[in-house]
Amino acid sequence: MEKLKANVILDAKGLACPMPIVKTKKTMSGLEAGQVLEVQATDKGSKADIKAWSESTGHQYLGTLEEGEVLRHYIRKSSNDEKIERKHPNVINNSELERKLEASENIVVLDVRETAEYVFNHIPNAISIPLGELEQRSGELDKEKEIYVVCRTGSRSDLAAQKLAEKGFTKVINVIPGMIQWCGKTTTL
Amino acid sequence: MTVNAMTSKEVTRKVFSKEELFILDVRNESDFQDWKIEGENFKYLNIPYFELLDGVEGIMDKIPSDKEVLVVCAKEGSSIMVAEMLADEGLTVSYLKGGMKAWSEHLEPVKVGDLKEAGEFYQFVRIGKGCLSYMVVSNGEAAIIDATRMTDIYLEFADSIGAKITHVFDTHLHADHISGGRNIAEKTGATYWLPPKDATEVTFAYQPLEDGNLVEIGNVEINIHALYSPGHTIGSTSFIVDEKFLLSGDILFIDSIGRPDLAGLAQDWVEDLRESLYKRYRELSEELLVLPAHFMIIEELNEDGSVSEKLGTLYAKNHGLNIKDENEFRKLVTENLPPQPNAYQEIRETNMGKINPDEEKQREMEIGPNRCAVR
Repeated sequence: MEKLKANVILDAKGLACPMPIVKTKKTMSGLEAGQVLEVQATDKGSKADIKAWSESTGHQYLGTLEEGEVLRHYIRKSSNDEKIERKHPNVINNSELERKLEASENIVVLDVRETAEYVFNHIPNAISIPLGELEQRSGELDKEKEIYVVCRTGSRSDLAAQKLAEKGFTKVINVIPGMIQWCGKTTTL
Repeated sequence: MTVNAMTSKEVTRKVFSKEELFILDVRNESDFQDWKIEGENFKYLNIPYFELLDGVEGIMDKIPSDKEVLVVCAKEGSSIMVAEMLADEGLTVSYLKGGMKAWSEHLEPVKVGDLKEAGEFYQFVRIGKGCLSYMVVSNGEAAIIDATRMTDIYLEFADSIGAKITHVFDTHLHADHISGGRNIAEKTGATYWLPPKDATEVTFAYQPLEDGNLVEIGNVEINIHALYSPGHTIGSTSFIVDEKFLLSGDILFIDSIGRPDLAGLAQDWVEDLRESLYKRYRELSEELLVLPAHFMIIEELNEDGSVSEKLGTLYAKNHGLNIKDENEFRKLVTENLPPQPNAYQEIRETNMGKINPDEEKQREMEIGPNRCAVR
């Protein structure tokens, strides 16, 4: 569980509706696009409300962990990922990757989303290295293997693929569009 | 302008007297779709409170200035916030005190008739959830049937009319709400009756309620006559009180009939249900006043807020009692059923005494409409 990281943690424990959402909204405005907020609350109704609020404001509701009385909600601030132009030449679409996985080819799936995004929904056996940590952690990857890089919409994975190419990885393929439309197998927690 | 607190009791009076009310429900859309305050002349606007955090200017043109406005949320906090914002814009509005939580727990006692000798019959209308429970009072003694978990209301009511509760009944093992029967019996020393076929897994002592049982309330001869009528559950039992009132439990409602699937045995119980409704009830007097354990839609309420109808009238008007073809009947009660009540398995286990959730959890389990019927 220590793998689940948030950029900002908001303590809304003991607060009754509407305060958890009022505070979430306020805290969220201070985050940078793409950052993850963890909201800790004890109000049971906060789960449905955080989810609905996120959807209505365009933020990404990732999921909620329940630990006894405390609910931990994870939300990623809306970003303009989709609008960034992709540069990495080597791409594959979701269904092609799905076929390769089914054929159990010896391939690596690298998920470069934030850990909170990964934890609640990811491709089985995908390796999690958030984009921001790739610079230091690229050594964990095997240059000899085909690496399929996935994120939510194909943008962060494009940046990750470029970074790996710079570091001498030659078999790096960006998965397009990524988890946002992934219909294959997934796993959680 | 100002913000007032409106109680569930005041809203209930408005439902009964068919008054107009404009309800601004600030809960989630899905919560609102699932369950809301129903009134024949109520109008609604559903906008989640979290879309109004920056102000209510955007919805001012949707809120009438010539109608009473009530802001509603789950517990009351958000409705107070939104009501104050509306007041800042110049409106006079109310919020629902205690929110939908209080609405779900409100019971309104309504007298449904007098007994032949000295005595009265009261129906407790749980307006927000559609549960109906009963108190028969005679000569200083009272019996309660299908009590909800808000037991203080019955105890205080009995106290206020100077009656001692001596018998408590459940017509069946409920799946939509938590019974207060055992709790009341423990507090008052009353006898708790349950149909034994529904009680095979209960963890506490009870008095088996069987076909033909006669119970007296007060020293005036008031008969409570049990009538085995399986179908909604295998043990479901009806009561005829004072040869005048028929407590039909979850077998027969005003505009619908019981569903046989909540204990997972729909196919097995269809024939029981048909036998109860088409044979056993047929043999009873058409003059009996049917008093069910639920209502489903607000149109089932009488002018005074009570829910009752003569058995003869139901045989003429209730669709579920007029299906000649057995296969068609089977289809109605086993196919295309409405969703099952929230947490119905946990509610059944609570009523068996197998689990003992705290009050907050019980409240959460009961949220939403009752959904015990098919039409």
